[in-house]
Amino acid sequence: MPKVTVDGIELEVPAGATVLQACELAGKEIPRFCYHERLSIAGNCRMCLVEVAPGPPKPQASCALPATEGQVIKTDSQMVKAAREGVMEFLLINHPLDCPICDQGGECDLQDQSVAYGRGRSRFHEEKRAVTEKYMGPLIKTTMTRCIQCTRCVRFSEEVAGVDEIGALYRGENMQITTYLEKAAKHELSANVIDLCPVGALTSGPYAFEARPWELKKTLSIDVSDALGSNIRLDSRGREVLRILPRINDDVNEEWLSDKGRYMVDGLTRRRLDKPWLRRDGKLVATSWDEAFAAIAAIKPGKSVAVVAGDMVDCETMFAAKALAGALGSSLLEGRQTGMDYDCSNLAAVNFNSGLAGIEDADALLIVGSHVRWEAAVLNPRLRKIAKRGGKVFIVGPEWETTFPATFLGNDLAVLGKLPKAAADAFAKAERPAIIMGGAALGKGALAAGLAFAGQFKLVREGWNGFNVLHMAAARMGGLMLGYAQRGGIADVVQAKPKMLISLGADEVDYTKFAGSMIVYIGHHGDKGAHAADVVLPAAAFSEKSGTYVNTEGRVQFADKAVFAPGDAREDWTILRAMADALGISVGFDSFDQLRTAMASDVPALGREGVAGYGALPNGKAGGKGMIEGYPIKDFYLTNAIARASETMQRCSAELLNGEVFAEAAE
Amino acid sequence: MSLHDKDRIFTNVYGYQPWNLKAAQARGDWDDTKVLMARGQDAIIEEIKASGLRGRGGAGFPTGLKWSFMPKESKDGRPSFLVINADESEPGSCKDREIIRHDPHKLIEGALVAGYAMRARAAYIYIRGEYIREAQVLEAAVQEAYDAGLIGKNACKSGYDFDVFVHRGAGAYICGEETAMIESLEGKKGQPRLKPPFPAGAGLYGCPTTVNNVESIAVAPTILRRGASWFSSFGREGNKGTKLFQISGHVNKPCVVEEAMSIPFSELIEKHCGGITGGRGNLLAVIPGGSSVPLVPAAEIWDAPMDFDGLKAVGSGLGTAAVIVMDKSTDIVRAIARLSYFYKHESCGQCTPCREGTGWMWRVMERLRTGDAAVEEIDMLQQVTKQVEGHTICALGDAAAWPIQGLIKHFRPELERRIAENVREAAE
Repeated sequence: MPKVTVDGIELEVPAGATVLQACELAGKEIPRFCYHERLSIAGNCRMCLVEVAPGPPKPQASCALPATEGQVIKTDSQMVKAAREGVMEFLLINHPLDCPICDQGGECDLQDQSVAYGRGRSRFHEEKRAVTEKYMGPLIKTTMTRCIQCTRCVRFSEEVAGVDEIGALYRGENMQITTYLEKAAKHELSANVIDLCPVGALTSGPYAFEARPWELKKTLSIDVSDALGSNIRLDSRGREVLRILPRINDDVNEEWLSDKGRYMVDGLTRRRLDKPWLRRDGKLVATSWDEAFAAIAAIKPGKSVAVVAGDMVDCETMFAAKALAGALGSSLLEGRQTGMDYDCSNLAAVNFNSGLAGIEDADALLIVGSHVRWEAAVLNPRLRKIAKRGGKVFIVGPEWETTFPATFLGNDLAVLGKLPKAAADAFAKAERPAIIMGGAALGKGALAAGLAFAGQFKLVREGWNGFNVLHMAAARMGGLMLGYAQRGGIADVVQAKPKMLISLGADEVDYTKFAGSMIVYIGHHGDKGAHAADVVLPAAAFSEKSGTYVNTEGRVQFADKAVFAPGDAREDWTILRAMADALGISVGFDSFDQLRTAMASDVPALGREGVAGYGALPNGKAGGKGMIEGYPIKDFYLTNAIARASETMQRCSAELLNGEVFAEAAE
Repeated sequence: MSLHDKDRIFTNVYGYQPWNLKAAQARGDWDDTKVLMARGQDAIIEEIKASGLRGRGGAGFPTGLKWSFMPKESKDGRPSFLVINADESEPGSCKDREIIRHDPHKLIEGALVAGYAMRARAAYIYIRGEYIREAQVLEAAVQEAYDAGLIGKNACKSGYDFDVFVHRGAGAYICGEETAMIESLEGKKGQPRLKPPFPAGAGLYGCPTTVNNVESIAVAPTILRRGASWFSSFGREGNKGTKLFQISGHVNKPCVVEEAMSIPFSELIEKHCGGITGGRGNLLAVIPGGSSVPLVPAAEIWDAPMDFDGLKAVGSGLGTAAVIVMDKSTDIVRAIARLSYFYKHESCGQCTPCREGTGWMWRVMERLRTGDAAVEEIDMLQQVTKQVEGHTICALGDAAAWPIQGLIKHFRPELERRIAENVREAAE
């Protein structure tokens, strides 16, 4: 713990801290452009210069200098001030100063810092540099003349995403940042470079010229595009959510967000259900709430009710539907729409027990049937860290392009019981071995074999639980906690032939099997579920209601409501509450607070933010068999109703996955 | 009192004899190198320290001291490396070229001795890309040495294994900076690294590395053979030894010549170069150490001793001892503007002050050349050079700033005259 003095303040800093970190601990703000906590240190912007004694009689880059015992650091001396003003002047001489037409305006590091360190006027009377535009794909809009060559985007691509897509060409003042051969950035985290860019060189393409940051209302929410529960911020103006940005949460998403989570936002305003619909003579016709409820009352389902929950619903909606079904006398609840029937009697067996942050500590990892880049894009950088630290990664399943060294062990699940020697040795030697079971493995009934693997290699030991299940649906863990699982999966529901099937935004169900049921669809998009429904009740998307979500590691998180649902659409729980009146039963809550209280008393863990914890793992049964032929996700960009409605996601799918060429129109 | 032939280290610098191994051995190279090595690693480093040899690449850091920073034993199994800087790209410098093409075995033997002293596993010789013939000679010489068992496994039968690799650069000046050279050797874009960590701690491939100039390495075997006291008998205190001076520009006979350190400028010019063109009175200014150091006007340079401290005293530096002589026919502003263009062209673009500052300085210099500027812009230019100097990752920023500072310091009246003339012409 070295002791340093910053502007006369003596303090102890953690060993290995840099001078910049020491200054921040002392409460001194150090301006910077290239330095970023999650990227390697480049030290090239030279904005963070401070005066350090002992040392050479010139200012030092504080981001790259280790803090050592007895250092005297000055952040406010004349030398430091002059140095920073000098660097700021250099940064601005070739910067276009087109702030009025720049989307970064109002949230631009260069703009902010030039207020503190900039000159009032320019001394640069030469011609400014201009840089040709670079094409970086449908998400990233480039204005490379504004680039200050901080190389954050380059380092992000190389270090975090693990793809060598972005780099620098040429040298000196001609240095340019570009993607390789100006091809689109193709990986699933590409848009994070927009957040990293300290200036307006890389801005958001779909969001271009939409709004200024000070016009936006910021709402804290949770991403529902996958099961990680990435923390996000919804920026809305009026009744529309204009953009989604990641929030920092080191336990979940660090500060990254998948391109889908970020850009399916425009799907929130397209193909929306904004009034109730009824099927008459085989066709859906618009109707009123009263008529819709009358039609539901006319079903007179009695006990013959079932509920299927979709992938993006919140726990409150599922609890309200559970209460409704319960009041009618049914407990036929299911959330695994595609027919999976793994054993949910012990939730520890279907949980990501290592934790999303904890998995980084693994030193041997077996991934079974999971295309991690597509199923949990934000988790992939963490797995990359395992490999970077020397951990061994093995994968069972068809090959996909990993961003880290990994060995594919073939498609046969029998390998779980009989690892090849290299893998067996790695797991025998590992101090923190781990397994990740993905959707493809669960679909093939490999859960028991995975648990047997956990027993064989002692994946659970003092201070470490290496057994992990990686889900793909934001509603999955919450649904399982609320009992949305039948022993035989959705097949049990089909067999029960319910008179009324309530579908909570379930768009992946094969509804042809429910031909004899009256299907009441409560959801927000005119997708597959609404097409098959007999009654369509327009509900709220995740951005339009407060809700509780449980991610794949069992972390309970709360999301807030950003905007109102469009048209006649209502929040899901109010629809279910009104349905109870129509059916002449009582569900035991009249307000959202009462609903939450009832839910918390039913499942206490859902009332507390944080990791729920499910206790010890059950024993498994050796003998995995079957072949993993493919992964459940066929198109990363179109996995849910919101994304499918999003023009941006459609374009990404067409261009990045299906190779369609979108020629830029000549101007 | 100048250097006698018997005291010259580089006896074939003009290429009157062949470069090959046989001729080199006849000149005394590879003479019982095994015995030199048998003195032991620490003894070699002590001898070099005692000789007072300072790095010949420009910075003048004591060579023996540099070698002593290398780890005595590898605690974690990492090997050590010696990197020899033959990326001689400094405008005016041409000494390494003469060594490599005419006396390559001096360098290879030096690599073995120095590498052995610092416990290096191998030496990488990074040779400038434009030195095509030189690289061919060097590669052939290395092959000769391998074939003769002088390097490689059990080098010179000393029991020490040592490899020498020749790597050709691609023509970037910045790759002569030691950490950029390491990056380039690793196959990356040649951009200087942040220090710390210093190469002696984590250099090439993250292993302890020492980067030395060709001349520093090539003189080492001779120092060991003839003794530190012989080497230190030349030159003033703190500036010992002999040195290859490279005199170019307006002298009657430009040449590369080995001389004792601290030789007065006047003697160097009169004795070896046949004097200034047009006589002493025609001398305008001298850049005494390659393009990176500030120029010195005629009056101050004439009696200055040509060594690190002597030239520092006149506001310049020895650098690589590449003496660029300019007589009164020189357009001094244009000369310095051309150097500014060079630094603008060679800036790697990594850090802000150099990337943006070199272009700015060059553009202002171009206007000052024709007088198309305001007098205040001279002061502004001076401030800009100060904003670049000392604020960059490597020394290229300093090197770009110093020539301009030298110009403004000594030739400000000339700059102002051009501006006034330009204004007068515009008025007419």
